Amino acid sequence: MALRILYFAALREALGVSAEDFDPPAGVASVSALRACLVARGGVWEKLAAANVKAAVNQRMVGGDASVGPGDEVAFFPPVTGG
Amino acid sequence: MSAQQAAAGEMLVSVQEADFDVGAETARLGDGRRDVGGIATFIGLVRDANDGSGVSAMTLEHYPGMTERALGDIVEQACVRWSPLSVRVIHRVGRLQPGDRIVFVGVAAAHRGEAFAACEFIMDYLKTQAPFWKREETPEGARWVDARESDDTAAARWSAAASASKG
Repeated sequence: MALRILYFAALREALGVSAEDFDPPAGVASVSALRACLVARGGVWEKLAAANVKAAVNQRMVGGDASVGPGDEVAFFPPVTGG
Repeated sequence: MSAQQAAAGEMLVSVQEADFDVGAETARLGDGRRDVGGIATFIGLVRDANDGSGVSAMTLEHYPGMTERALGDIVEQACVRWSPLSVRVIHRVGRLQPGDRIVFVGVAAAHRGEAFAACEFIMDYLKTQAPFWKREETPEGARWVDARESDDTAAARWSAAASASKG
């Protein structure tokens, strides 16, 4: 079962994708490993490697060592600017 | 101060395109209660300039689902720290123009200190934890607003204050 990945704001615009289902290779079990997988696509995907990109798993903001698994909703986005 | 359960008040969070009625929202925080000593409110508006450019409009994008959850978590943290009697948070999304209201935070408490502190805490955390993004329309074109370091500093001082009061 794949992961659901969402992208927001400037990142969504740069990637040209707002959401995708992604079946990560075996052994990819953390946010940072998943991120490295996506960056490896090259081109615009290298923007995901920027230090300020934030991540959420199942709608909670997390660090890179947070685990990800089948069925999770993972989101990548720039620092928030509401208020 | 020891962590306490939130007092049985109304804690309500909304994310909406529509404008809100400041008077009605403020009044509702104290309606039917005799234990409220004060209400602190913050209302955020769209400015017509930012970072040296005119701003003719802005569009707020958010992460539906996570936004409501993040705002609820922030209100919950405020309730643990200050035990306010009622809290109302409204954040608008979609396209807004200079002078339009963006955000309302209202806190009713027994004493002003708790109301002011909880209101400021909620705004500081909202700025750094709630998944909203602003895209401004300027004469030079549209641009995504950059996060400010001063917002991170403002949010961080609350955790510094918590550690200091424990020590």
